[in-house]
Amino acid sequence: MIPLDERDRVSLIPNFFALKYHGHNMDHLDELENQSIFIMREAYKNFKNLAMLWSIGKDSTVLVWLARKAFFGHCPIPLVHIDTTYKIPSMIKYRDEFAKKWGLKLVVGKNEKALAEGMNHEKGRLVCCEALKTMGLHAVMEQEGYTGLILGIRRDEEGTRAKERYFSPRDKNFEWNFKDQPPELWDQFKTSFTPDTHIRIHPILHWTELNVWEYIHREKIPIIDLYFSNSEGKRYRSLGCAPCTFPIDSKARNVVEVIEELKNTTSAERSGRAQDQENTYAMQKLRARGYM
Amino acid sequence: MSNNGKVNLLNSRLMKLVIVGHVDHGKSTLVGRLMSDTDSLPTGKLDFIKDICKRQGKEFEFAFLLDALEEEQEQGITIDTSQIFFNTQKRRYVIIDAPGHKEFLKNMVTGAANAESALLLIDAYEGIQEQSRRHGYILKLLGLTQVAVVVNKMDLVGYDPEVYYKIKSDYTKFLSSMGIEAKEFIPVSAKLGINIAKTSEEIPWYKGPSVLSMLDQFPEKQLPTHLPFRFPVQDVYKFDERRIISGRVESGKVKVGDQVVFSPSNKVGVVNSIEAWSVENQPVEARASESIGFTLEEQIFVERGDVAALKSELPIVSTTFDVNVFWMGKRHLEKGRTYTLKLTTQEVLCEIVAFKRVVDASTLKTLEGQNFLAKNDVAEVTLRTVTPVVFDLFGSIPTTGRFVLVDEYDVCGGGIITTYTPNKTDRLRDEVRHRDFHWLKSDIKLEERAYRNGHQSTLILIVGPSGVGKAKLAKHLERKLFELNYQSYLLDGRNVALGVSADIESGQKKQEGEVLRRFGEVAKLFLDAGHVVISTSNVFNQEDHTDLRLLVEPCQVVEIFVTDTEELTENCDIKLSIEEAEKESEAANTIYNYLKNKKILTGHNYSI
Repeated sequence: MIPLDERDRVSLIPNFFALKYHGHNMDHLDELENQSIFIMREAYKNFKNLAMLWSIGKDSTVLVWLARKAFFGHCPIPLVHIDTTYKIPSMIKYRDEFAKKWGLKLVVGKNEKALAEGMNHEKGRLVCCEALKTMGLHAVMEQEGYTGLILGIRRDEEGTRAKERYFSPRDKNFEWNFKDQPPELWDQFKTSFTPDTHIRIHPILHWTELNVWEYIHREKIPIIDLYFSNSEGKRYRSLGCAPCTFPIDSKARNVVEVIEELKNTTSAERSGRAQDQENTYAMQKLRARGYM
Repeated sequence: MSNNGKVNLLNSRLMKLVIVGHVDHGKSTLVGRLMSDTDSLPTGKLDFIKDICKRQGKEFEFAFLLDALEEEQEQGITIDTSQIFFNTQKRRYVIIDAPGHKEFLKNMVTGAANAESALLLIDAYEGIQEQSRRHGYILKLLGLTQVAVVVNKMDLVGYDPEVYYKIKSDYTKFLSSMGIEAKEFIPVSAKLGINIAKTSEEIPWYKGPSVLSMLDQFPEKQLPTHLPFRFPVQDVYKFDERRIISGRVESGKVKVGDQVVFSPSNKVGVVNSIEAWSVENQPVEARASESIGFTLEEQIFVERGDVAALKSELPIVSTTFDVNVFWMGKRHLEKGRTYTLKLTTQEVLCEIVAFKRVVDASTLKTLEGQNFLAKNDVAEVTLRTVTPVVFDLFGSIPTTGRFVLVDEYDVCGGGIITTYTPNKTDRLRDEVRHRDFHWLKSDIKLEERAYRNGHQSTLILIVGPSGVGKAKLAKHLERKLFELNYQSYLLDGRNVALGVSADIESGQKKQEGEVLRRFGEVAKLFLDAGHVVISTSNVFNQEDHTDLRLLVEPCQVVEIFVTDTEELTENCDIKLSIEEAEKESEAANTIYNYLKNKKILTGHNYSI
């Protein structure tokens, strides 16, 4: 066991390249990053009309960061944010601040019709998710004519996401046929498809929640402070709409403490997301119909 | 905003393992048991699943922890690969549970292709089954040879060593026929947790490791940094003043200052910088599996699909090679149809030239005389691509020696390149490559000559059967261009034969290639000098024309075909009937207009 102060010293060595090249193997974060960048570039090369979904959460913010890595400081892919109007207000403030700071092209989508008709979670959580998120996304996709959409989902989030592909086709009704997915091997992805389909691309599918936080730490990515413990000893572990997302009890006030907490937890990441708990196959049904 | 403080960066790399085997031999149960025995289940997950089982009136099974799809739990089979995470004292794992049902082979392949090592499960009671063999074969084709065999359900055979040793001996024979040696055969009962997390008293005659300690012994996959440098170009970016050639180093390494050769174009450049964003220090070297970008000292045209390598260790460039392929498509793989071959970042149309051996992967028996490949089977075939592909043999550099086949919109097959025998064109290509590397370039660039001459250097071939007036047309064209102040020259094949090839007796069959090569090299010299070279030689056939194009690259070739037949030729730019060709003045005009339209004749700069 390395003494604590010794470990801290090691992690402060500024030159990661110097560290990396001593061994035969790559640092695990480099390994994850390199694979994600490869996928991001494949998406950019193969899809004329490509967009990236930015929920303001940690995962899609890491995606934005990876895009800037992949394209050498630029983010040539427009970002789509689906605004349900029920998001926690500071998320919108954070979104606008960084969109400006990083020079991002932001496209905000809303299901105006459903909102006008008074859609909210009291009409049923799954109904609401589908109307405001899935249908909101439909509307933007149709309006902008996107054929490829990059998302920050990960295999370790929940069971049906574990069965996803990096390049995953959706039919014209947005439906995911999880029983007949294309094979994916040696980083040769599905890039040809019939005109009425679109492809969802998942560059951080192979990352874990812990990896995401370790990467945020290493890269010093500014993350919205809802993820950190507030004065009442609570933090969000997963972000969504205010009425359906609940904070967890936590003492983790910064990235380092979040990492330490995650290394010792056995509770599920999305346990604070009400729609997942609705019924046994809630997430499968939502996702088969086009949910993110 | 976050306070990015200090953190313990202990290795949280995941070891990627796949579990394969016949349907119902207990893969999901084993994975569920591993999770449970290593305390890797999220709080409440076990109760959650037990609750579902109770509601659905089923007995609890560990497999339910993994089978997330409603259909999977109802049918009791894994449809798609699922991934679960667990930790041992030594490291973190991600286990890929691959379906064992024949129908879902493509999902098994998807899972196994990304793994570093594999556990192959065999049911002690049922013994070796179809998928036990098929999966073994596929692992071999995927290059996954770090394999341990788990003999499951030992409780159902009363922990009988006879059963275990019989399976061990039979399956060892099978694996060794493919050149795989299993690291261990572990007798277990996944359901009862015997020999999973630790060795058990129930099987005193087994002295080897438990499944967990076997896993901990598997070494991590090493990156192929020791192999020759290969860099398939993924894209070229011009977001700012830098022109960055991006891609992933598939093997070997490269550093700033290295001279790299791009195949198949043979263009050469020197690495000026390795670009990276938001790093402490700009890198000076890049290694296998890094997604990077670099700039070159001088701008040359490079595009996706080109492969950069060092001059001393170049990849193979060819259109014809032998492969081992496995097929997952609903339609058969067959001759006479066109498929898309995807290899590194290259995409090329291809077809099957020959089925050398088709194998039933569940028995390893050769299917004699079968000229197609059905779903779930494997074969040795010869492939031919429409344009040359850059590759290595799988045995030398795995990452550039494997490919997938796309049938219409779907990836339907995967394969590895096993052998390659250079043909005449391949040898010529090698020679051209050698010549291009050592060519002493004039200080006057081709563009400068083109600007002065008012035209690009171009080879115009007038071809067709003899006696259709090609020679007359060629003379007329030479004269017309000359009088318009263009540098035209009629290079007759006979003149080359008389002088340059005087040492070759005419009509010598085996020397035909050499005659062609010399003609091409002479043409190349005139083209290098900036001329429009016209030739009428019809001693060459279509295949020879391909070789000629190769010899005079990067100069353009314009082919004019004089004929009355309906025959279509691939590379023909202008087709003239015999009657049209006889009106040589009009025919020359047609050609002249074509050259102007194609911007080959650009016009003079009269300020000279």
